[in-house]
Amino acid sequence: MYVAVKGGERAIDAAHAWLGEERRGDPAVPELGVAQIREQLSLAVNRVMAEGSLYDPDLAALAIKQARGDLIEAIFLIRAYRTTLPRLGVSRPVETAAMACDRRISATFKDAPGGQVLGPTFDYTHRLLDFRLAADGAAPQAGTAPPREGPTPHVAGFLNREGLIQPEPRSDDPPPDLTREPMELPACRALRLQALTRADEGFLLGLAYSTQRGYARNHAFVGELRIGAVAVEMDIPELGFAVEIGEITLTECETVNQFTGSKTEPPQFTRGYGLVFGQSERKAIAMALVDRALRWAELGEEFVGAPAQDEEFVLMHADNIQATGFLEHIKLPHYVDFQSELELVRRLRRDVAAAAEEAAE
Amino acid sequence: MTDADRPEAAAGDHAPYADADAAARTVRRREWMGLLARAPVDRLKALWAPFEPAPAFGWLRAPEIGGVMVRGRAGASGAPFNLGEMTVTRAAVRLECGAVGHAHVQGRDRDKARIAALVDALMQTSRSGEVEAALLAPLAAEETDRRRARAARAAATKVDFLTLMRGEDA
Repeated sequence: MYVAVKGGERAIDAAHAWLGEERRGDPAVPELGVAQIREQLSLAVNRVMAEGSLYDPDLAALAIKQARGDLIEAIFLIRAYRTTLPRLGVSRPVETAAMACDRRISATFKDAPGGQVLGPTFDYTHRLLDFRLAADGAAPQAGTAPPREGPTPHVAGFLNREGLIQPEPRSDDPPPDLTREPMELPACRALRLQALTRADEGFLLGLAYSTQRGYARNHAFVGELRIGAVAVEMDIPELGFAVEIGEITLTECETVNQFTGSKTEPPQFTRGYGLVFGQSERKAIAMALVDRALRWAELGEEFVGAPAQDEEFVLMHADNIQATGFLEHIKLPHYVDFQSELELVRRLRRDVAAAAEEAAE
Repeated sequence: MTDADRPEAAAGDHAPYADADAAARTVRRREWMGLLARAPVDRLKALWAPFEPAPAFGWLRAPEIGGVMVRGRAGASGAPFNLGEMTVTRAAVRLECGAVGHAHVQGRDRDKARIAALVDALMQTSRSGEVEAALLAPLAAEETDRRRARAARAAATKVDFLTLMRGEDA
């Protein structure tokens, strides 16, 4: 059996040339600059950074342009680039308590110190198309008020003081890194959080929604959602002290979950945690809900067989680059595989026909 | 141990401030290194332009682009986990006088790392006053302005519940 394995080069070159032309679109329309994508499609840029697992807005914007706006393709480009970077070190854990908050809301405490700060949110918009954006307009102007001084305290701290919420034991154990060693199950919470923060937003959203609909329901309240800039500090061995190496925008969500107690734990509130690169609020909330669902074992809860509780199911299917790689490879030539399937089906049909003939005789 | 308590590494470090307290010097150096790391590339280059041609120096480490794994803590205060990487460029220089400058700056701009390392080195020489006034002070002022402007926008979106209070409570 002969299977053509060569001969595609010319077609591939032509396909890529046409891709370039289609990417550009109508040349009469001005070309989109990377800086325009970075500044004006910043939430797409944030998603590519979060799931690409590399904080660099310029690179994410370039990837979006190159991928014609296909965000999973853009994330693929960032992941591929990431593997070429030498690892210069690891940061100290970021201090989100010191975040310069653009947004900070709590669904549990109206009067949380620091207040309810809405920030640049889509919430409370009417979700009506704004045709003024289709026309050139003057740059919008935000209002201002005297800024708040000092850091905004975490809401969970208030419940912690009363002992009503499960504490988060502080440690400085180096966490496992799934970009360095293959993920092994069962995973510790640190490994799960790393997998969740780079997971596909849509997949996490669906899983988190399933917990709200009753598949391992965990009664989540958004204790706090904050978005803003935090400093990144790293110890520099040559200097013998830590310096700030930059500043990144993060979204953090802490859920407060109703918990009536288990065989091992007293009745108290429990916590789910989401922390994501950029302004990525839906993802951070979903991450917190799924994190909480995956904690059933340590909290002595029952495994009810819900997808969001199933670590293997969640962690092995959450990465959209792994998923799309395997999914999309089936479109590539499988001529030899299929030829053998074809032979098999033909033989089975011959056997069935022969058996039928025999029975008829 | 806080950062201020950490001993400053002796390796290659030039210490012309014989009278100054080492811990205070470290605090100050951390400040300018952080400011340089966070600085917008274009502004840093514009403010550095008058210092070109750069003082003679040798590379201890030519600018190198890489990634740093950023960590967070579970529940903001618990055990650390790996959040994802950020791009960082590092460089180290030695001036002819022996002063050594280090840089670890956000992003992928090699020239930003070169300038940051040179500024770090110059800040340890007799030219520190000039660099401070012409480069670090404007960078710090602009950063403060940017942060204040953002915080002021956030403050304007703070919900004032008093206006939502029901009539009988007012």
